[in-house]
Amino acid sequence: MPTLWLVLFLLLLSTLGFFAGRARALKSAGGDPRKLHSLPVYYGLNVALSGLVPALGVLAVWLLAQPMLIDTRVSSLLPEDSIPADLTRDLVMSDVRRVAEGLDIAVGQGALSEAEVGALKAGSSDIRARLGEVGVALGSDVRPEVLAAARSYRALSHTGTLVMAAVVAGLSLAGLAWSYARTHRDYRARNVVERGVLALLILAASLAILTTIGIVLSMLFETANFFGLHDWRDFFFGSTWAPNFRGDSELSILPLLWGTLYISLIALLVSVPIGLFAAIYLSEYAGKATRSFAKPLLEILAGIPTIVYGLFALLTVGPMLADIFGKGGALGVDWMAGATSVLTAGVVMGIMLIPFVSSLSDDIINAVPQSMRDGSLGLGATRSETVRSVVLPAALPGIVGAVLLAASRAIGETMIVVMGAGAIAKFSLNPLESMTTITTRIVSQLTGDTDFASPETLVAFALGLTLFVLTLGLNVLALYIVRKYREQYE
Amino acid sequence: MNDMSRVERAVEIKQTKMECRDCHVYYGDTHAIKNVNVDIEDKTVTAFIGPSGCGKSTFLRCLNRMNDTIAGARVEGSFMLDGEDIYDKRVDPVQLRAKVGMVFQKPNPFPKSIYDNVAYGPRIHGLARNRAEMDEIVEKALRRGAIWDEVKDRLDAPGTGLSGGQQQRLCIARAIATEPEVLLMDEPCSALDPIATAQVEELIDELRQNYSVVIVTHSMQQAARVSQKTAFFHLGQLVEFGETGQIFTNPEDPRTESYITGRIG
Repeated sequence: MPTLWLVLFLLLLSTLGFFAGRARALKSAGGDPRKLHSLPVYYGLNVALSGLVPALGVLAVWLLAQPMLIDTRVSSLLPEDSIPADLTRDLVMSDVRRVAEGLDIAVGQGALSEAEVGALKAGSSDIRARLGEVGVALGSDVRPEVLAAARSYRALSHTGTLVMAAVVAGLSLAGLAWSYARTHRDYRARNVVERGVLALLILAASLAILTTIGIVLSMLFETANFFGLHDWRDFFFGSTWAPNFRGDSELSILPLLWGTLYISLIALLVSVPIGLFAAIYLSEYAGKATRSFAKPLLEILAGIPTIVYGLFALLTVGPMLADIFGKGGALGVDWMAGATSVLTAGVVMGIMLIPFVSSLSDDIINAVPQSMRDGSLGLGATRSETVRSVVLPAALPGIVGAVLLAASRAIGETMIVVMGAGAIAKFSLNPLESMTTITTRIVSQLTGDTDFASPETLVAFALGLTLFVLTLGLNVLALYIVRKYREQYE
Repeated sequence: MNDMSRVERAVEIKQTKMECRDCHVYYGDTHAIKNVNVDIEDKTVTAFIGPSGCGKSTFLRCLNRMNDTIAGARVEGSFMLDGEDIYDKRVDPVQLRAKVGMVFQKPNPFPKSIYDNVAYGPRIHGLARNRAEMDEIVEKALRRGAIWDEVKDRLDAPGTGLSGGQQQRLCIARAIATEPEVLLMDEPCSALDPIATAQVEELIDELRQNYSVVIVTHSMQQAARVSQKTAFFHLGQLVEFGETGQIFTNPEDPRTESYITGRIG
């Protein structure tokens, strides 16, 4: 709450700074904006930005650093013998933070006064009950050391927040004063604001890249932990996936990889021909009117959440396939035991990928120069002959790229396989059996009660990293092919 | 003997290959061609000249129904090829285009080998019974396209790897491989340098012995050099049509004179 007020205060200061800076610039030019180097609004923005940006930066760093510093400080105040044998220092510290937070809330709601908090005694006053009244549930009664630590935690946070407010406000005022003093008719405020915009854009771009690096690093660390606990040879070259939370699991990626690739293959067999033909129709045959209504319609398919496709697999496609191939079905064979199977998931995923393939291929086919088509039609070729022998060969590298992008989406797809493919990890060629994929196993290893120190949980990160490397490789290859193709006609 | 053949040729030039009467073309609401009447003679080079946007390319594309491939284009009037209406419902535009070949402004070889580029038309029309016949057709077309000597050792190389002028001659060879009767050329030299232009012009002059050639050009010198008949288009109308020498030396219409002398255009 104080942080919000602080930010509002900074915004108010900057707004004032904006008007003050603009007024000062105009005054220095004798009220004639034509004599200024920049438009008056730039002088205002310059002052406002120098009041806002450094102060907000310090505020952000402070908010991140303060809890860490206070934690270390309070943690060192806890004597070694105050930590019970069955608890770690981290757990006691989380108790401390919870009590401190509870006291803050109690004071904030008026249930306790500051004086009463000072008078609380761990043994006699029933802190647990009183905090429970304000909605903070504690796991056990509060011990004296914890209460003392919580008190000093509160005191330190309080001081820290006060100092933070003072520093940030001071910095903002200093920034405003500094740039206000520099505001003059010859000052190049426009160029300064331009640099500010550039910095903002760079910040946004680097945040996205840094996040990616962060994700990869966190996966790498957890994967390293996993390989510390589990033999990497079993992971990469074993043949069985049998996680066992009592230990001694067999965690091999190969059966999962097989399921993933098999389902993806079926999905591509469904989506590539249909998507490609749809793209050819839309780009070569369809008139303007058809195209303007069919293309968005096809792309609506891409907007359907994958969980809805999962429901479709579970409720429609799966039972339909079971009616055909299952016991007492249309074919009179008993090949399919339940609704979940590789075929179910593959077909539904293929439907999901149709708009993906078709819209990418459509772009690529449209990029083939019209002069190619004219040349072929001018020689007396029909449209389909033109498509087959001129347009498709010219667009082929791009279409291969589109297919690879679709494949990497198929490999990473989760919800459809969770609901449609089943949960059995095995090597089988029969598409009517249920199988499982890397993504579904990641979900099942990380849901429910998890202990982040066991290989059965950590294997999810190794699986995730493998998936990431796999799809990254496919994407890089696809982009390389698409780019190489683009150069051909430019 | 020589005199005899000359007399024969002079007689052939009189034959009309295509007869276009009361032609109108609309693109949506735009009236692009207004009431044009032109006779294309056999074994003659006919040039269409005129400022940009005057409709000469549009009219050219009517002659082999390439406007059919443009959505919103509408063609009216009668276009007779050897006495048959090419816009008749019974006429297959695909077969018509085999008879009336086309060469485009920008060289547009397919991303295939030189051989396959030339063999493309004969293949789709089934003109060769075996590989040896196809080889013969390809060689003949490349020789007529005046490019055989330059490419005979690399027929498997991609057609896109040739120089601009070579590409355009390859496209001409590709168009004549299907043995068309009329060859339409839409500014065939506008993307070429002067040397390549000279080669293509020389080729056009040779093609006149076997085909009726219609060429759209922006260069009046080119029209004067290669054509026997010239049509001047302005704002979608045919202003003047006649012997090339007549048009360039003694035009009847003041607009033609203005264009030729460079006052409009």
